[in-house]
Parts: sequence; structure tokens; C-alpha cells
Amino acid sequence: MNNIFNYNSATESESMSKTLNFIIFTTLFLLLSSFSVSANSWEDISKKAKGQTVYWNAWGGSEEINSYISWVGTRVKEDYGVTLKHVKLASTADAVSRVLAEKAAGRTTNGSVDLIWINGENFAKMKENGLLFGPFTDNLPNFKLVDFSGKPTTLLDFNLPVEGYEAPWGMAKFNFVFDSARVSETPKSIPELLQWSKRHPGRFTYPHVTDFLGSTFIMQALIELTANPEVLNRSVKSEVEFSKVTAPLWSYLNQLHPLLWRSGNSFPSSSSVQQQMLNDSELDIALSFNPSATSAAIANGSLTESARTFVLKKGTIGNTHFVGIPFNSGSSEGAMIVANFLMSPEAQMEKQNPDIWGDSTVLSITKLSAQQQQKFKALPLGVATLPPEKLGPTQPNPHPDWKNQLSTEWQRRYGQ
Amino acid sequence: MRLLPAFPFLTQLLFLLPIAAGLFGVLLPALGYLPDLGGDKFHFEVFRQLLEHPALPHAVWLTLFSGIAATFISLSLAIFLATMLSRTSLSGNKNNRMASLFVIVRRGLIPLIAVPHAAMALGLAFLVAPSGWLVRWFSFLLMGWETPPEWVTVQDPFGLSLILGLVLKETPYLLLMILAALPQIRAQEYIRIGQSLGYGNLRSWLKLVLPQVYPLIRLPVFAVLAFSLSVVDVALILGPSTPPTLSVLILRWIDNPDLSFRFLASAGAVLLLLLTLGALLFWRVSEWLLLQKWRNWLSNGKRGNRNEAQKLAALSGLLLLGTAFLSVLGLAFWSLSLRWPYPYVLPQRWTSRNWERHWTSIQETSFTTLELGVIAVLIALILVVGCLENEQWRRVSFSFRSQWLLYLPLLIPQATFLLGIQILAVRLEMDGTFLLLVWSHLLFVLPYIFLTLADPWRNLDTRFPQIGQCLGASPLRVLFRIKLPLLLKPLLVAAAVGFAVSVSQYLPTLFAGGGRFATLTTEAVSYAAGADRRVIGVYGFLQALFPWIALLLALAIPRWRFRNRATLL
Repeated sequence: MNNIFNYNSATESESMSKTLNFIIFTTLFLLLSSFSVSANSWEDISKKAKGQTVYWNAWGGSEEINSYISWVGTRVKEDYGVTLKHVKLASTADAVSRVLAEKAAGRTTNGSVDLIWINGENFAKMKENGLLFGPFTDNLPNFKLVDFSGKPTTLLDFNLPVEGYEAPWGMAKFNFVFDSARVSETPKSIPELLQWSKRHPGRFTYPHVTDFLGSTFIMQALIELTANPEVLNRSVKSEVEFSKVTAPLWSYLNQLHPLLWRSGNSFPSSSSVQQQMLNDSELDIALSFNPSATSAAIANGSLTESARTFVLKKGTIGNTHFVGIPFNSGSSEGAMIVANFLMSPEAQMEKQNPDIWGDSTVLSITKLSAQQQQKFKALPLGVATLPPEKLGPTQPNPHPDWKNQLSTEWQRRYGQ
Repeated sequence: MRLLPAFPFLTQLLFLLPIAAGLFGVLLPALGYLPDLGGDKFHFEVFRQLLEHPALPHAVWLTLFSGIAATFISLSLAIFLATMLSRTSLSGNKNNRMASLFVIVRRGLIPLIAVPHAAMALGLAFLVAPSGWLVRWFSFLLMGWETPPEWVTVQDPFGLSLILGLVLKETPYLLLMILAALPQIRAQEYIRIGQSLGYGNLRSWLKLVLPQVYPLIRLPVFAVLAFSLSVVDVALILGPSTPPTLSVLILRWIDNPDLSFRFLASAGAVLLLLLTLGALLFWRVSEWLLLQKWRNWLSNGKRGNRNEAQKLAALSGLLLLGTAFLSVLGLAFWSLSLRWPYPYVLPQRWTSRNWERHWTSIQETSFTTLELGVIAVLIALILVVGCLENEQWRRVSFSFRSQWLLYLPLLIPQATFLLGIQILAVRLEMDGTFLLLVWSHLLFVLPYIFLTLADPWRNLDTRFPQIGQCLGASPLRVLFRIKLPLLLKPLLVAAAVGFAVSVSQYLPTLFAGGGRFATLTTEAVSYAAGADRRVIGVYGFLQALFPWIALLLALAIPRWRFRNRATLL
């Protein structure tokens, strides 16, 4: 699959020289960037940012998120004189492709994207192709408030070191949504989910693997089913390893698929569609990547009032979502202002409120003032949200390599 | 007059540049060349990879089947309806109840052109889904199902719901094209002759009118075929997902965060282009074969009149209209609902919140949509009229080649084609400007306007302008005092169609506008990604409203203007 792209099939000597280049380059870069950090004090950045317009390219499929972003716009205008424009995307790839086209055309300044909501593979690919500005997070005062030890995914995005090229602004954790009016007992593990499906054929499914939640589900199943899940934290070593590690997953899915909605012959195209199907009673159990999203959806009417959530006993995958700045942004200072504001206690608190959005904070509560801690604790939990102690352990997202190969293999097996 | 030759030149330049850029933007990566992603050598490896892709054979089959079937059904229905709905038939119809039924179908169907494909598809999906509106009513009135039945309706593996969605949209378009072409061939007189020779209405139509009208609507039919083969949004909503149609497969590859999938996407786009050309050729050959087969039938002299045909046409027209109407109505209800779970047949809680919440954004995006559409349509009208005038005065017909050039944007899958244009725009330092945005819309607006206007223009009785000239009027005066007034109706209909096309553009607006310009459609499509029917209802409804108003104006103005000249209508 990959070997046709010559940059992936470097010979060993090439990769040696590449490593050497990398070391030299990184050293140079670190030297230079330490300069840039000292040269760009926060005051300088704020001064330059004033009057800039920041075009933030972010998924625009949710009313709640859109109104939160527009609130952020009002606040950064008030405090920093930065104008924020939300470019609503149907797919983040549209913005990545725009930055790519600009790079192809040699546009190194004044690019059309100033800030982009990314994580995981989009981040990996943008970083790999030199499409990101940075490192910049050390310049941001609020970055210090982030809970690095309790939330290690703020530094390791899908096991890839972030290295200051994107700023964290929210936490996600895989969970299941069910309609308590129809489901009395919820499965506690991936094998139990199969048992449940045997008793209730056609009432569960997961989104197509091209959707992030669909691929997260198969990774979740893999973590629980494979003998040695630690190998998932690094890249895939060989085809033999891949087939050995993933064998239990395929035999599980082979049993599960006939019991899914439409016997696994068709899959919802996205997690949003799946949520709609739960509301339409076509499903009893659906998936979510935000523990408070269900409460928020009930509050705004898009899910039935009897919807509730559950997690798995051994834990579920959690990750962090970030904002990055494209290499050619003409308003990188303004973008940093926005990124910094997103990590502020005020913005994080607003975001975590389930009546607004219900997206968990990236901050370490203990690093905040007593008053701020109080306010965070006073936030409502939401009717369908599990309290933190019941959310179970958080498992890291496997390396993007696994996700890519899993997704290709899934499409080969079930995508036809 | 001296400036006339500039028009085709200008139009071609306007098209040649971006199309060449777009084609190169697809071809080079398809051949492995895209230096920014590490591809710096030409090879056919990508095509080999494409052809070996496990989902490909089925996707190709599905694309061809759904595209050709949708076009064939739409065309047959449109012809069938036209035989009954054209004024010629109405005036001769003695059965009054039937006649008024046809008037309803005719009045109702035409505005459907204005409803954007995506909005119609979403509405249809809600209507026919196993948990959809129809099942909810059925369950409420008769069955009392607690959970929806396990039927496979939307996203069925054969793409039947996809075909239905396309037919709902394309039949009214083709019908309008047929009805607009009828006066040029003086269909009414032929029908009268046919009837006086003892042929029934339907037979006169099929034997006398159809052979003349079909060549006039061939290009619109081709446009429908090409569109049906490469459509993305409708296929995403109504088509199957494992595997999807080729266009959706390409979109998935473009959307893949692994940027190296762009190579595969480009190769896929080239394949889709080849498939489209192949399908057009297939269609043309089939036309010829059918003609050979039916040539005898045309002149066999058999008479007869069948009333069942009329009833069938009325029934199919009403079914089509009803389905489309309920689809749009469902969306309108969603836009006013706060909570509407299964099995409620009406929203559990009503609200005006969806509209209030979006009011500011609605105002801004409506203005941009309107501004963009009006400017693009005006420029396109000037260029098209200029080209047509040039063709008539200098007696050079717009060559076959350049006409194909004009239609290329409609034949090439948008997503990959636009990447090349984007690179060109960035190089010209034009990206994200209003000018480029208008230009990108022109690429799609202009062909449709040309398509709609060319035949009425060419078929205008040449004696009118000749008389004008004989009386000493300059060509410009002839244009403004004779041609434009005579062609007011097709002109306005073309403008309305062009406006509808502009309103519905998503990818061009996003790519050329650099995300700087939000229109009703960019809003609607980004909300469609969130699958929240309530918001989709709001924007889908507005998206339909603007072109609808434009079309109503296009039909009402000539009616008012020619209130004393009934035969001009």
C-alpha cells in the first residue's frame, strides 16, 4: 500500500542520513526556537495580535460548539482586540487540503487558515508535511495550567509527541450511549457486548471506520481482546505482527457483525448519524466520545430524555483535541491569543458546562485559585453524565499506524 | 458589433485557464506527480493500486447503474409528463378534472428545481427511513410498533433510494427543459395535425413532437447523466456505504488524513471522468439503436388513443410531487421542533429556537448568497448572450469543441478538479477574493445558462430580426428592442436556473472563497455533517426558498409583461 510512495520506501542508508539530518536539523531548530521564544514575549505577541483577524477552521456540525466558538470570538475581541471568524467545515480535511494547496503554490505567508482544530492523524500528517507553525505552546501563559501528569494525552497525541505544535483545549473519552427506556442491563466489557447483541440482534452498530468514532470502536475492541495491548502504543513493526495482534479482533467482529443493525451490511456514515438513529429508536446502544455529550444532547432536544451512558470495566480510550496554527498563517499572533484564551480557566469552565457544550477541561484543577476550583466543582454534571470516579480508567489511543492499517484491513474485509 | 468576437474568446479564456489547471491538478497526481507529498516521478503505479482496490468493482457497477438508471427514469417520466402537461394537451383535454389535476402537477413540479439536492435527499431520507415519517404514521394509525421495523429502505445495497432521490430532482429539470423547447418546434401545430389525422394525443406527441424535441434537450440530458454519475451529497445521504459509489469513495480518499491518499483520489477522479465519458457514449449509441428499432413504428400509421396513459401520467406525476412535497414538509417541521423522537408523528415539543438562534447568521449568509448569485448570473448572461449573438451575426457556430469545453466543469468530479484550481488561484494571489469566488461560480452557472438559453435563442424565428434590420435598426437595437423582449421568458428562466446553481455550490465556495465567505449552502452542508435535522431544516428550507422566489419571478414577470400578448407566453 505504502511502498509506491518513494518517500516511504527509503533504503537503509537513506534513512541513516535522514536520521542524521534530523538530528542536525532538530538541534538547529531548537536553538532557533529558543531564540524565538525569548524574542516573542507575551506582551509582544499581544501587541502584534491586536487588530488581527483569525480564521479558525473548525468542524461546524454542532450548534452547541458553534455558539461556544462565537462566544470565544466575543471574548477575545473584548480582551485582546482580535477578531475571530469561524470557518465552519464539514470535514477537517478540507482545511488541511487548502493549506497543502497553498504550500504547493509556494504561499508561505498570509495563508487562508490561521487556526485549525485537529488531533491524531490530521496532526501527524500536517506535522510530517511541514504544514504547522511552531513550536508555540511554551509562549502561552495558560499552557502551564494544563494537567500534563493526570492527562498525558495533552503531550502525546495518539502516542505522537506534540512538541509544542498544537495547544490542547479539550478532553475526550470513549463511552456508550443507551436508551434506558429499552435497555435494562448494559454490557461491562467487549465480550459482554457480543453476548448482549446475541440477545438483541439488530439493535447495536458502530459508525463506518472512515468516521473517527467507528475506528475508535475497533481500536477499543482490539485493546481489550489482544493478548498484549502495550504493542499498540508504538508503530506496527511488520505485517506478521499486525496479523498476529489483530487476529482476535477479526474473529470477534466476524461474530458480531451478523448481529448488528442490518446484519452489518451497512454502517452509519458518522457518529452524528448514529446519534440520530438512537433518537429514531433504530438502535438501543450507540457510541460517543464525550462523556457529557449525551446530557448536552438531551438538554438541547436532539436525544430522547431517557438516554444514559455507560463505560467498560477495564476502561476506555481517551484523548485530547487541540488547535494548531498552519505554517503560513498571517495572524499567528492572533491565533496564539485565541489558543491561549481557549486554555484559560474562564473558557474551560464555560466549555465544560453541559448546558453550553459539556467538553471536559484539559486543566489541572489543583493549579487554579481556590475561587476557580470552587466554580469548577459547582458546574452541573448533567443528567446522563457519569461522575469522574465512575468513568473508569483511561486507555491511550493506539499509535496512528495501527489505526491506518486497521482501517485499511477493515475496508478490505467488510467494506465491499 | 466589432466587439462581438471578443465574447467567445473571453468566455473560452475564462474557462480554459481554470479547466486546464483543474485537469492538470487531477492528472499529475494520478500519474504519481505531486512534489509536496513526495511524489516526484511519473508512473502508473497509482492506477494499478486503484484497479486493485477491493471496493472498486462494486463501486463502479453501482455508480454506472444508479447514474444511468436515474437518468433513464427521469427522462422517461419527464417525457411522459410533458405529453400530458404541455399546454397543447391541456387545451385539447375535455376532461376537466383531469386537466385541473395536470395544472396542479405542472405548477407544483417546476419549483422543485429550486430545492437543493442535499436538502431534498435529507428530507427524503427522513420520509422513507424505517423509522421515518411514513412508517411513523403507519405505525400510529395501524400497527403501533414500539421499535421501527427492520426494513432496508434508505441506503439500500442496490442504490434504489439513491435513484429515487435523483429522479425527484432531475425529472422536474428535464420537464422544464422540454416545456421550454416545445414552442420552438411549434409543437402545438404538429399535435393539431396529428390529431386531425386521427392520432391520439400521446401518439401524436411521441411520433411527431418527440423526434424533434429530443435533439434540443440532449445536452441537458447529458448534464443530468454526468451529474448523476458524479453526485456526492445525495449519494452520501441515500446511497449505500459498503461500498459507496465511486464519487463517495473518492471523497473518502480526499478526506483521509493520510495525505498520500490524494494520489488515489486523483486517479479515482480520472477514472470517474472516463466512466462519465463512457456512459455518455453508451447513451448516444443507445439513442441511435433505439431510433433504428423504432423508425418503422414512427411511420407505421397506426392510430389510437389510450386514456389509461393519461391516468398513469397523472398518477406518477402526483406520486412524484407528493413524495417531494412531503420530503420538504418534513424538513420544515423539523426546523420547528425541539424534540422529535420515534414514534412521534409530529414533534414532541415545538419551538422557534432553531430559527431565532441562527437569525444573525441567516441574515449574513443570505446576503452573501444573494450577492454572489446575482453577480455571477449577470456576468454569465452577458457572456452567453454575447456568444450567441456572435454566432448569429457572424454565422459561425460555437464549435463543438468549445462547447464541450464549456460543459467540462459539469462532467468532471468537483472535488479533485478544484484542488488544481486552488493551486492556480494561490499562485495568482487571488485565493479568498470575491472575484475568484464569482469566477468559480461562473464555471458552473455559465454552462447551465448556456444550456438553457442556447436553443431558444438559436430557434428564434430569424425573420423578426431581419425585419428589424430592414427597417434600419442597428444590431444592438435589434437585440434590445426585438430579441431580448421576445426571449424574455427563456432569458429569465435561464437566469433563475443559473441562480439556483450558484446557490447550491458548496465545494467551489469553500475552495475558491478560502473559507472567507459563508453562504446558506456552506452553512447547510457543515450542519449536514452534524446530522441535526432541526438545523438542516432551517438552512435547507432557506436554500430552497431563494431559488424558488427567483423562479417564481422568472415565470411571473413575462406573464405580467405579456398580459396582452398571450401567444408569447
